[in-house]
Amino acid sequence: MLFDIWTVARKDLKEIFIQRGSLRSGIANVLIVIAISGILFPLQWGVEWINSPVGLISILWLPLFMSMGLVADAFAGERERHTLETLLASRLSDSSILYGKMLASILYGFGITLAGLLLGAVTVNLSHPGAGFYPVPYFLGALGLSLLGLVLITGLGVLISLRASNVRQAYQRMSLGFIVLWLPIIIAPKILSDATKLQISQQLAAINEMQAIIAAAAVLLVLDLGLIFMANVRFRRSQLILD
Amino acid sequence: MKDWIINTDNLTRDFNTARPRTTGNPSEDGPKIIRAVDNLNLRIPQGIVFGFLGPNGSGKTTTIRLLLGLLEPTQGKAEVFGLDTRTQAGEIRKRTGALLEHTGLYERLSAEDNLEFYGRVAHMTGTDRHARIKELLVHMGLWERRHETVGPWSRGMKQKLAIARAMMHNPQLIFLDEPTAGLDPIAAAALREDLSRLASSSQVTIFLTTHNLVDAEKLCEQVAVIRSGKMLAAGKPEELRARNGNIQAEIFGTAFTPELLAQVRSRPEVAEIRPENNHLVLQLTAGADMSPIVTQLIQGGAQIEEVRKSKASLEDIFMELVEDQPKEA
Repeated sequence: MLFDIWTVARKDLKEIFIQRGSLRSGIANVLIVIAISGILFPLQWGVEWINSPVGLISILWLPLFMSMGLVADAFAGERERHTLETLLASRLSDSSILYGKMLASILYGFGITLAGLLLGAVTVNLSHPGAGFYPVPYFLGALGLSLLGLVLITGLGVLISLRASNVRQAYQRMSLGFIVLWLPIIIAPKILSDATKLQISQQLAAINEMQAIIAAAAVLLVLDLGLIFMANVRFRRSQLILD
Repeated sequence: MKDWIINTDNLTRDFNTARPRTTGNPSEDGPKIIRAVDNLNLRIPQGIVFGFLGPNGSGKTTTIRLLLGLLEPTQGKAEVFGLDTRTQAGEIRKRTGALLEHTGLYERLSAEDNLEFYGRVAHMTGTDRHARIKELLVHMGLWERRHETVGPWSRGMKQKLAIARAMMHNPQLIFLDEPTAGLDPIAAAALREDLSRLASSSQVTIFLTTHNLVDAEKLCEQVAVIRSGKMLAAGKPEELRARNGNIQAEIFGTAFTPELLAQVRSRPEVAEIRPENNHLVLQLTAGADMSPIVTQLIQGGAQIEEVRKSKASLEDIFMELVEDQPKEA
């Protein structure tokens, strides 16, 4: 089964990199995102980029957003391009197809995160010699949260993509979901009173950063497992054929 | 007992279709059940090319989906290689190749990558994959273009590649939905030859659907005609002709007067007679003898230059079978 999962993921990754017609343009897209997260942001933050977990975590949304577009394509795209039925008529098991597609999207986003973080360390050290590498707990925490966040987005994306008739519809629904998730964070500073904001910031300052990361990871893990379970239940060959 | 590669017993599949609630009458509004496949009984032996013929929407694609285990039957059962399509579909799909309604090619990938992917899916080793890809692409005349992405290719080239993909892992049973669609006559003839050779020399069974009845007649050892999910006839093409087909005759000459035609029309063995340009076209009942008719025409004053007698083609029989059946509401 692992070989089958990797076979599907490998094919999807290949398609991702040449989706605009050439491998060169696919790689260029990825390099632009890596440059934003690995050069632009670290230069703005300076040495703080290395020493504060806030900077690291703040760039995690970028690969999430990139993966969201890909996972929308996972099933709705195969259906739209009339390749799904042939894939379903192959010997691949339901799980191999499902996990293979999820893996492709996760690997893509995780690769961008990892490359961005490593390039970020190089950038900061070039602009501020002797800044060193990230503290290991922060670095691992950022990677862990990235991975769990990607599983979350991918799981949600699979559920949406399975129900969407085409890529555009899937992408629109996912974007809407993304906006709904981010909306409270964006509007909260506008609607909360100064006293409440002060109280929240004091509470946040009191929280141990690593404990916060671990708590967030635990919440994400539970959500991820639930979504994977739901995707497994929803993914049925006979249902996909009828859809 | 003979081992059938495909064996179905009263295979039936219904679909629920949503209808808008407009009349307020519960019997007319709400979901409607459509029977796509209706008590289908198929017995297909190994190593033949089997033609599954029927007009659009007759249930051909649903039957293939049922045989591949992509859909579950509502009633009845189907066995492929003696395996139940409900419970052993994975094993069935391992041993089959399929070209379905669409080519199913990944158009962003190259021809080689498409075959490589399905070779990996079939767990072929790297050496076997590369050898098989070369063999198939060379045979299909696509080897020189193997690195091109297939998106901009012509329909015929895509069709060839999709057929190659269906054959990639040397399956024992291949489902081909309209395989010659989009192929030029030379490529279509080459494919017919390939399929015929594959069936006879490698004992591969080929289940194909086609609207091209000339193809079916040339290629298929057995055919079945389906309409509205029901099987109308099955057997060898010559058996179907003997069972259903009238004999057709053409008589070239002059002086075919209306009175003479009326006399010939009254003969019991003449189902139909009609003048066309400078000749007569006659539909005769099975086993009819032409000589008394020709004698009667000559005695009636007709000048006969040539008489041609032919059996009904598979197309004639298909049309006859399909048109004879009342269309279901």
